[in-house]
Amino acid sequence: MSVPTYRRATTLALVAGLGVTLAACSTKSGGSTEPGGKVTITVDCQPVGAQAELLRDWNADVVAFQNEHPNITIKSVSVGAQCNNPPDFTARLQGGTVTDVFYGYMTDLQQVIDSGQAMEISQYVSKDTIPTWDSVDAGAKAAFTDGGKLWGIPTKNYSMGLVYNKTLFQRAGLDVKNPPKTWAEVRAAAKRIAALGGGIAGYSDYSAGNTGGWHFTAELYSMGGQMVSTDAKKADFNNPMGRQVLQNLKDMRHADNSMGTKQLLQWADLLTNAGAGKVGMFVGAPDTTTAIVTQFQGKYQDWAMGPMPGQDGAAKATLGGGEGYFFKKGLTADQVKAGLLWLAYEKLTPGKGQLDYVRAKPENQPVGLPQPQLFTVGSQAHQQDLTLRKANANINVEDFAAFENNPVPIKFEPPNAQAIYAVLDAAMSAVLTDPNAKVDQLLATAESKVNQVLSTNG
Amino acid sequence: MAIVTLPATENRPAGRGRSAVRRPYSVRRRRVRDNMTGYAFLSGAVLCFAVFAWYPMIRGVVMSFQRTRRGETRWVGWDNYERIVNDPGFWTAWKNTLYFSLLALVVGYAVPFVVAIVFNEFRHARGYLRALVYLPVMLPPASALFLFKYYAYDPSDAGLFNAVLKALHLPTSQWMQSTTMTMPAMVIASTWMNMGGAVLIYLAALQSIPGDLYEAAELDGAGILGRVRHVTIPQTRLILSLMAMLQVVATMQLFVEPLILANGAGTQDAALTVAYLIYQHGFFQNDLNGAAALGVIMLLVLGGFSAVYVRLFSTQDGRGR
Repeated sequence: MSVPTYRRATTLALVAGLGVTLAACSTKSGGSTEPGGKVTITVDCQPVGAQAELLRDWNADVVAFQNEHPNITIKSVSVGAQCNNPPDFTARLQGGTVTDVFYGYMTDLQQVIDSGQAMEISQYVSKDTIPTWDSVDAGAKAAFTDGGKLWGIPTKNYSMGLVYNKTLFQRAGLDVKNPPKTWAEVRAAAKRIAALGGGIAGYSDYSAGNTGGWHFTAELYSMGGQMVSTDAKKADFNNPMGRQVLQNLKDMRHADNSMGTKQLLQWADLLTNAGAGKVGMFVGAPDTTTAIVTQFQGKYQDWAMGPMPGQDGAAKATLGGGEGYFFKKGLTADQVKAGLLWLAYEKLTPGKGQLDYVRAKPENQPVGLPQPQLFTVGSQAHQQDLTLRKANANINVEDFAAFENNPVPIKFEPPNAQAIYAVLDAAMSAVLTDPNAKVDQLLATAESKVNQVLSTNG
Repeated sequence: MAIVTLPATENRPAGRGRSAVRRPYSVRRRRVRDNMTGYAFLSGAVLCFAVFAWYPMIRGVVMSFQRTRRGETRWVGWDNYERIVNDPGFWTAWKNTLYFSLLALVVGYAVPFVVAIVFNEFRHARGYLRALVYLPVMLPPASALFLFKYYAYDPSDAGLFNAVLKALHLPTSQWMQSTTMTMPAMVIASTWMNMGGAVLIYLAALQSIPGDLYEAAELDGAGILGRVRHVTIPQTRLILSLMAMLQVVATMQLFVEPLILANGAGTQDAALTVAYLIYQHGFFQNDLNGAAALGVIMLLVLGGFSAVYVRLFSTQDGRGR
């Protein structure tokens, strides 16, 4: 090859390489509506390879669904563990790389709408597209509704209660059938469990990465409090209820030494300790037991759940949340309908998809947990789901009866939740790490900071 | 590369601006053609910088003056800056970041230089020592920090550091759970993780110092400290100055250490840094515009610091103005 030819070839190769690189950088939705009524949609949060059984079930569901609807093709997209990681979700949302039908938390609604990446779907949702729609819990629907318009379909709904380790309860001589119902009882039980020694925390709580503020909110709700005033203009936790939340924790941590020495815990830290049998009680949703078993090497038979404790009796309210799917802006009507039919099949039909307990029973998945709390109690779909769940339970449903049979009114997160939680992390971490922390001062500081957040964020 | 001989009349005149006499079109075309391969190679780097550095920077500045709500983006002037300056964590984040930079400058900057001087004095096992000090750099930062978090900074007596302190009959510490120890603990971990690279750079600089300077100093009666003061430091001033600037710029962007060691802002916001506050706004608070504004403020602060520093240094070096 002569030098000029070589140069030309090199130049062409470089330019072609750059072109390919640029082309690879561009993103394009995989979904489409083809002539002849064929519809293709992309859907994310397909289980990852490590979740072999869940992945096999999902793929089988896709095949079965496509057989029922030969004109629809579902392209599954796995985004690894990103479905459970808010910063990754934000990055995909802002980067415009979400799939046609994409997963999100209930609390993501505002950022999804603000991003301009999603479309409103009110006109498409009915019994024709989702046969169980009338049975779906009104609170869960409301969490995906903004200004009277529906933006997403709830696929999981939870509320918090007191998760406790039965084995440690037994060892501490506590009644496993009768979990603590008030914070005073929690404190007494925590003291007895911590007395077992071996680095066991009688009660454990979060205080970092915004999860401290999240649990402060849950515990404040249990006492009947609220984080912000009704008009959402002022902080509303610097009161006896807020003081009681922090004082309870401070007393358990420092006066009783029943919360362990390691603090600044986040979700995974606490559940890692729980999986290792080092946590007696914590506040959480039923699915935390699933996480303890599937991700943190715990055992189902160790865990049970009671209702959220209250200050002087039953809790006045409990924090709720959940997840669902949104629809990418620009989809055709046929694509939206195809997405709704898929969600109805995979997530909202008793006996199918995530509610197929006959299939889940022999697999290492818990059947019998009081979740996903999707349907209104007493509705037709709820009755069907409950019957199937009880008939196929592979865990002891009695362990969760105290939680399920004592429903507490559900209250959702405050506006500007994450900014408020970030502020309250400081108060939570203070009472859990500093024996001299001044509760009144911490609350006053947090109140002024939250007022600042509310006044500037509107 | 082909050599083009231009006619005498086409010599570029002194001074700025375009040449008074334009080159013939064919000559310019030929020159472009001859340099085509060079341009093609250059285009890759330019494209990478443009896409991954310059464009995001410009986009960040633009976003900092916009607000996106319900899919609509509008210009809001200085609103984002006002909001971010009024954020409850803004001043705490700056105070913590500056404190970390100061501590890192005292410890993280001085320690590698001292270690390099000591290593340079060794006649044996230099390679072994260099490898030893460089090992932590090869460890992924997250892994190194998890080692510190779970083994060294365990607040119970079972923690590595507390066990050592206890064995020496010294008071133990809560490390990351103490508001006063959070920053020093992060500096220790950060210095351990990053000093290997700095030590190698200092060693290279030290080894380029002519040996006769030390001999002359010795003949003049200088001890080891005298040699360091009168030979080593003046001879490595350029590299020391550069490393100081890089150190400050890097430490001001402190992010991984608080994220892993303190699970974010740490106890009572003792680990809250500017970079972590940007992350909070961008990825947790649905406020990319606020995050962009804080990013621009940080860029300006670091740019201003670098400009002042370079100017001061070049003036001292006799090359100012």
